[in-house]
Amino acid sequence: MNDMIIELNQLTKRFPVGSGFFTALTDINLEFGKGEFAGLVGPSGSGKTTLLNIIGSLDVPSDGSATVMGKSIASLNQKQAANLRNHNIGFIFQTYNLLPVYTVYENVEFALLLQNMSTNERRKAVMQALEWVGLTDKEKSKPSMLSGGECQRVAIARSMVKKPEIVLADEPTANLDSKNSHHILQTMQKLNEELGVTFIFSTHDEKVMQYLKRKISLADGKVVNDELVSMLQ
Amino acid sequence: MIKFLIKGILRDKSRSLLPVIVVSLGVFLTVFMSGWMKGVFGDMIDMNANYSMGHVKIMTRAYAENEEQIPNDLALLDVSSLTEKLNKEYPDLEWVRRIQFGGLLDVPDANGETRAQGPAAGRAVDLLSAGSKEAERLNIPKSIVKGRLPQKQGEVLISHEFAERFGVELGDDISILGSTMYGSMVVPTFQVCGTINFGMAMLDRGAIIMDITDAELAFDMCDAAGELLAYFKSGLYDDELALAIREDFNNKYSDEADEFSPQMVRLRDEATLKQYLDMADNMSAMMVSIFVIAMSIVLWNTGLLGGLRRYTEYGVRLALGEEKGHIFRTIIYEAVIIGSIGSVVGSALGIGVSYYLQENGIDFSAMMENVTMMMPTVYRAKVTPELFYIGFIPGLLAMTLGNALAGYAIYKRKTAQLFKELEV
Repeated sequence: MNDMIIELNQLTKRFPVGSGFFTALTDINLEFGKGEFAGLVGPSGSGKTTLLNIIGSLDVPSDGSATVMGKSIASLNQKQAANLRNHNIGFIFQTYNLLPVYTVYENVEFALLLQNMSTNERRKAVMQALEWVGLTDKEKSKPSMLSGGECQRVAIARSMVKKPEIVLADEPTANLDSKNSHHILQTMQKLNEELGVTFIFSTHDEKVMQYLKRKISLADGKVVNDELVSMLQ
Repeated sequence: MIKFLIKGILRDKSRSLLPVIVVSLGVFLTVFMSGWMKGVFGDMIDMNANYSMGHVKIMTRAYAENEEQIPNDLALLDVSSLTEKLNKEYPDLEWVRRIQFGGLLDVPDANGETRAQGPAAGRAVDLLSAGSKEAERLNIPKSIVKGRLPQKQGEVLISHEFAERFGVELGDDISILGSTMYGSMVVPTFQVCGTINFGMAMLDRGAIIMDITDAELAFDMCDAAGELLAYFKSGLYDDELALAIREDFNNKYSDEADEFSPQMVRLRDEATLKQYLDMADNMSAMMVSIFVIAMSIVLWNTGLLGGLRRYTEYGVRLALGEEKGHIFRTIIYEAVIIGSIGSVVGSALGIGVSYYLQENGIDFSAMMENVTMMMPTVYRAKVTPELFYIGFIPGLLAMTLGNALAGYAIYKRKTAQLFKELEV
């Protein structure tokens, strides 16, 4: 039985540029299993974010295939792609992207509003997510009242509240100082271990790399190295 | 989700305040201008109806052709019998007789010699019959400056301006140099029981108001009338019904070969008034159209700016699993909420100001001293049921349309392209 939740086969992504095309990813073959804590590392323009976008069903491959949770990304219509993101994939962004006019509680709750959960169920799930990231005392605060580290913890809670199988984190520590970066990474590591959620990072931050169990190096849209870090250490 | 959107609207002033102000202002202007025009045109229409046209009017064909000359020699005869028939055939209408006349007002001194003279436009209406509404219809009780309404035959009201100019006091006698309907010259004398200010420049220069029976006697017009006016008993002018009645009456009674045969016209047949009514209708429609187009453009841009400012939010929502179509729909929901708030505020302000001006009016008399048209000097707005939706619907429509146009740009983007633009 295949227990891979993400399978990328001969994946190529091209973008139209002028009269020609720019190839962002070439022949990517990767698989991710449940509970992985992996990172896509490489310089800017190496294709990390494009790959995350395809895994997150925000984009489709030009050639090859990407299968996430048993669903071919290329064959999903808009509604099915949104449904996949809503139930199975969480996103964490470099700049947190919390909605400024809503409280911490409401920011985390938003993901559940799309799932037609009852108020009580939502309340329970939001408080649990805030507990995971240690922010239950900040539920009524607005993002502007929080530190950068706290904002990113809210973003983690928001991505985790719907208990997704996969969390995609695009440079999650880029705007954080060292102490907060470690705190964030430890939080995600704990969630990975306790809940078995697959985390895939896009990063070139050395601090993040210390925590990765698998490091996939990209350069010019190609996988140049794929290693299991914990096994090497 | 709706609760979530409302929270956002209430907390994010830049999302809601400017659009609410724009919509409120636009709706206010539409409602107020509409109320003002309705009032001004309505006043003109009512004034024309009350003073000269009625809702429908019957004259002889010859009188109608020379109406501006007030040719009483061509007046309707046997009016009682005609009125009796009309009451039976058209029970929705209340019929009144009117006699207009022109003449020279002569003010004698203590010796009966002429002290002053001036031209006057006379109007004879039913002031003495029990239950007559004519005095109220012509707004005479409220227009009396000094004295009182005529209470017996031989008493008349004259314009206050005329009385002031020629030093006429209450109780003084005045004579009218005029002619009977058969062409003989007459100089009947009356006693002034009051002075009156109509608030209409044309009438206030020189007018005399008397009971219809006095005019019948003075001008030898027994059972005759220059004009037979009718008003709908509901008090409201119904153009369709008036048209139907006019057609019916003229088919039955009017004879093109007989210049003394009666002919009916309706209020809207009065040439100037027809133009006013058409203009009022057109202006209302134009104003609403301009409002919807202008507001849509403004709100489209406001929506685009708001959309650009909220790109990150839309990107996050896409990433959280919201469909583009759902985001588009929420933009519309927000527009409906903001549009409703703006439209309610704008309508309330518009109706409020219109109501104030309906009760108080604005006096333009200083600007209308030389006006010869029959038009009011105090202009008022009019609150009608139409005001409750004439601004509300366009306000809502403009806001929704503006935001739909702005949201469409987001909707049409490919998700990945949009996500990149969102810079999340």
